[in-house]
Formats: sequence, C-alpha cells, structure tokens
Amino acid sequence: MIAEWLGKVGNFSLTLLIVLTYGLLVGAFIERIIAKVQGRIGIPYSQPFINILKNFFKRTAVSHGIMFYLGPVFRIAGGIGTLAFIPVIYGSETFSNFSTAGDLFLVIYFMFFGQLGMALGAGESGHPYSAIGIARGLSQMTAYEVPFALAVISIVIQYDTLSITEIVAAQQGGWENWTVFTNWVATLAAMLAFLGMTGYSPFDIFLAPQEIPIGPPTEFHSAYLSLLQTNRALFGATKLVLFMNLFFGGATGWGELMIKTFLIYMVAIVIGVAFPRFRVDQAIRFFFKIPTLIGILSIVYAQMILTS
Amino acid sequence: MIKSLSTEDTLENAGLTEEEQLLFSNARPKPYEPYPIKAVEDFANWARANSLWILAFGTGCGAIELRPLMTARFDANRFGVAGRPTPRQSSVFVIGGYASVKTLKRIIRSYEQMQGPKFVIALGICPVNGGMYFDSYNTINQFDQYIPVDLYITGCMPRPEVLVAGIMELQKMIKQGRCDGANRYIENFDWYKANQKKVIKKWDMPDYNW
Amino acid sequence: MFEKLQRDFGVTGITELKPGMTTLKVNKDSAERLIRQLRDRHGYTHLNFIACIDYIEDGIFTLVYMLHNYDTKHTLSVHADISRDNAEMESIHNLWAQAWTYQRELREMYGIRFPGSPRLDEDFCLEGWDQIPPMRREFDTKKFSEERFGHREGRSSEEPREHMKVNLYPNRGGDEQ
Repeated sequence: MIAEWLGKVGNFSLTLLIVLTYGLLVGAFIERIIAKVQGRIGIPYSQPFINILKNFFKRTAVSHGIMFYLGPVFRIAGGIGTLAFIPVIYGSETFSNFSTAGDLFLVIYFMFFGQLGMALGAGESGHPYSAIGIARGLSQMTAYEVPFALAVISIVIQYDTLSITEIVAAQQGGWENWTVFTNWVATLAAMLAFLGMTGYSPFDIFLAPQEIPIGPPTEFHSAYLSLLQTNRALFGATKLVLFMNLFFGGATGWGELMIKTFLIYMVAIVIGVAFPRFRVDQAIRFFFKIPTLIGILSIVYAQMILTS
Repeated sequence: MIKSLSTEDTLENAGLTEEEQLLFSNARPKPYEPYPIKAVEDFANWARANSLWILAFGTGCGAIELRPLMTARFDANRFGVAGRPTPRQSSVFVIGGYASVKTLKRIIRSYEQMQGPKFVIALGICPVNGGMYFDSYNTINQFDQYIPVDLYITGCMPRPEVLVAGIMELQKMIKQGRCDGANRYIENFDWYKANQKKVIKKWDMPDYNW
Repeated sequence: MFEKLQRDFGVTGITELKPGMTTLKVNKDSAERLIRQLRDRHGYTHLNFIACIDYIEDGIFTLVYMLHNYDTKHTLSVHADISRDNAEMESIHNLWAQAWTYQRELREMYGIRFPGSPRLDEDFCLEGWDQIPPMRREFDTKKFSEERFGHREGRSSEEPREHMKVNLYPNRGGDEQ
C-alpha cells in the first residue's frame, strides 16, 4: 500500500517535471515566433529557466507579513494540485496521476484556488497597483469562468460522467469522435473562455506593463517571484493539457500531447497578436454576452440532441 | 516591518514626521554574503549575467537610447535583457545622462528598493565629471559619490551599439565576480548618506528605503 | 491700432523686429489693463509665455509678455520694467489660467512675486533651495556648482576651432573669415 503510493508520487513527480519543462520551452518558443514576426531574433530558448534561476539566487528579500509568504505558495499549490488530478497520457500507468471518480469539478475548483491565494498575498503587500490589478484580474476571471463552466456541464451531460479519464476514453477511436466535432457548440464556448484564461492579449489588462506596473505581482521579488514564474509555466501547460483531454481527444503519447497543446496555444496567440487590449469592463461585458449564450445553447444542444 | 531593538543598527529617520516614523522601518541594512561553495557562486553569477533586468526608469537623456535598444534593430532580448517597471524585480539601474538634484532623490529611493546583487550602469559623460552641465546649479558633477557605479559608458549620448557593448562588458564582469556595488554601498553607508544629504536639502523620506 | 494704444496707455518704443512680430514698452502699472484690452478688443487671445530679462546694470527686471493673434497671425511682445529689489508685479492669472505656471517659475528663478497667483510658493523644480534665486545675474553658478557638487580631476576642455585646425585638418591653409 505504502509502496504503491510512493510509486504514484514518484510517477507524479516525473510528470510534473516534464510538464514544467514543456511549459517553459513552449513559452520560449512562442516568444521566438513573435520575435520573428517582429523582425528580430528574440530570447534564447533557455531564457525562462535562467530567469527563474536568477530570481532564486537573489540574496536579499523584503517581506510584508505572513500572507505575503503564503500568496505564491497558494498559487503554486493550485498549479500542482490542478495537474495532480488530470490524466496526462491516456492509457499509461505511469502518467495518469491521481485521477479518481469526480475529478473534473475538483480540477475546476483548484484552478480558482490559486488565483485567490495570490490575491490575498498581493493585497498584503500594500501596494496600490497590486490591489487594482487584483480587482481587475479577479473580476475578469469571474466573467470567463461562466462560459467555461457551462461548456463543462454540457460535455458532462453528453458523456454522462465526471471523470476525465472516461471522457478521454469516449473520444478514442478516430478523430471524428473528438468533442470538437461531436459537440462543437461547447468547444466554441470553452475556446472563447480559453482566450481569457491564458492571460494573453486581448485580455491581459490586469498584468500588462503599459497599463499597470505588472499588476498583482508588483511587490513580489527574489524567491517569491521564482515561485510565481514557475507556476505561470506549469499552470499554462496544465490548462492546455486539460483542454486537450476534454475537447480534442486526449493523447496516447508525449509527441501527440506536445503537438496538440502547441496548436491549441497557437490559436490563442494568433488571435492575441491581432487584437489590441480590452478594458476590464469591455472584457466582462464580452464574456457575459456571446460566450455565455453559446454556453447555454451548448447545454440545450447536449441535452436535446446528443442524449436523445 | 522590521524594527530593530539594539541601538547600534538603527537609523534616525530625522526627515519623517511622527506618524510617518511608525510606517517606515529604521533598521540598518547589512551586506550579504556570497555562496560558500565556489561552484554554486559561479553558477549563480552566470545566471545573473544572462538575465539582466533593467529598471524602466529613464532618468535623463539616456532614456532616448534605451528605447531603440529594446526594439527590433538592436534587440537587447537576445542578451537576456528585459525591462521591468518595478525596482523590486529589476537588477540593473541605468543612469541615463545627467542627474538633477530632484531626480537624484528619486534615484536613491528606487535604488535602495532593488534587491540582492544589483548593478549600476552610468551612461554619458555627465555622471563622470558633470559633462555639458558642469556649471549648472541643479545637476550633480560626480555621480559615484552618491550611488556606487559598476560600469561607465562615455559619450553624449552613446549609441545603442555602444550600449550593447557595455552590457556585454557588464556580463563579463559579473561572471568574474567583480560587481559588488551593492555591498560597497552598505559598507560605506554613512559616507554615501552624508554626501547625499549634503546635496538633497529637502529630505522627507526614511534614511534607508527598504 | 498702435496710435490708439499710444494715446490710451502711454505705450512707447514700438519697433518691428521682423515681419509679424512687434515689441512695445509700457509702464508696469498699466500693463495689466493693456494686456486685457489687447485680449478682449484687439484679438490677441493667445499667451505664448511670460519671461524675464535681468538688466543688472540698470537695476531693473524686464517682464516680457508674448501675445499672439490667430486672425492676423501677428505676435506682440509687451515689455514692462519692474525694480530688482522688491520685485512685484500684478498677476494675470485671471486673464489666462495657465499664467500661474509661468509666474511660479519666475518666483522661483528670479524672486518676482505675483500676489494672488495660485500655488506661488511651492517648489517648481528646485526642491529645498536655500540660496538666492538662481537666474539672477549676481548668482555665480559655476562657483556654486564647484562648492556643492565638487570637481573631478582630469577634466580638460578644448576649443573646437583650434582642435580641428591642428588635429583634423592640418594641411589646409585655414580659411580665416
């Protein structure tokens, strides 16, 4: 029993390491593509790793209290916790983490938990820009969670299960079984919510340097910032894996996972580099109108047409 | 907020009012030690040199050269250089050109808020000996009496290619472990503070901005 | 128009500096009324700036008000003399609201007071200044700079003409003009 759990924890650590490295590399890769579009060379591929190491090797730090310590800890706990319950490679004993029966809702809760902990930590720092950034970020998050939750409910109705492993299992056997083709309404709502989730243009008002000096992580430095940067890569990759599992058929090998997640991310980037930034009230109004409507329609679609 | 109990390492924040004394810390800063194992210190220096984050605070006319540096033609990103808007997260402070007395107070405030191994690059001839404004009543003549400088890049203004060469030189110096401006500041803290207070007459901030 | 002004306000010294710009002198007591009349009746609605010339030999400050007329594209510069000790002048912030900035700067740099101007005694760009106002000609800025900011050894200056003649173009005959 103990040995089995230790084995699982060891497997999970291996998954964590691979997903983290993949997240950092994909970030660097995307930066280089954007740089090529802008006509310059861009950062070296190892730059995200060096940034994290440099912040870790800072010799001084200033703390603002207990909650300031705990903010990044909550954030990375949210990131690791989200990954722990998503099966990464379907059909593989080693890489399917701690996925159990009702893990879809647990995953969605964990995604929100990290942001809340970060908000508390940044609020403790007392910096006014942190507070403004948190207000904007959290209100935007509330807005884009609505179409995402509706899309998730729709596919739960369609597949009649709350376990991600079974959802992936139902999509195997050919590309026409993917959710994007069987329930395209829910996929559309979820991809629109995904644009807000990445924190990339056009929904990056809460942390763009031209709007507000970095937003919530304004006061975080040294080792705290290392944790936040690690979490940013890890959480980004985790969201991509979740979307791949729910809507695009899962992956049976690491190569397939990397190609699919990269292409999903490119959708957000391609839309992002073409659009300017939305203000917060424009973003919230956007999410409450069309994507929510599509989400409600997807529930109706799943109930009436797919399960009749 | 750190309040020190012993009297040797407190600073008297004479410039603050009574209510403000409670809001700011009066502890004296301490120099930091390098890592005891040399291999770790070399690796740390390599990481610090390859990821220099510049504070996006254009203090004088040098700011006009920082902007093209970040764009496509000269591209500082390939050296690992990025601009950060907050002093807490940045490690390089670029003093662009002349420093008037009013700006010097803000430079000191930002410099003391930066963390850990931090480096200062002085652009232009004005921080060296006053440059074109050597006889002005409002600009200082020798910048390293107030903040320790690691690298001087002379010119009026140096072009971005020279700035890139300066960044490469700074990277070489960091990897050799020669850039200890932050520790020099703390070890000669009283001398630097006396110089600063001689010039900045309206001192309404704490003695050390933590 | 100028004859009317000469009659009503005692304006003297009307000279045309270049096509489109004229200067005139007026007594400091009637300056504000003159400027108000120029703005309301003659169309000089734009205040370019308020500057000051320090005539230390005659013991006066000359305040220069530069006004512009958008219809005739003509600039008029009104000069008013005030004494150097006890420098005071009527404020014109009721005519143009932005005049308070210029008046604040003149108070800091020359020591001229404009009673009634908003925020006159706040620091404009010199914080904690404890000497005489620095743009006055009796203030020696080079001496002040050397005393307060120090002087770094090894500084040398070169006359550009000599440098070019000797170093860059030694074989030329040297065109003396």
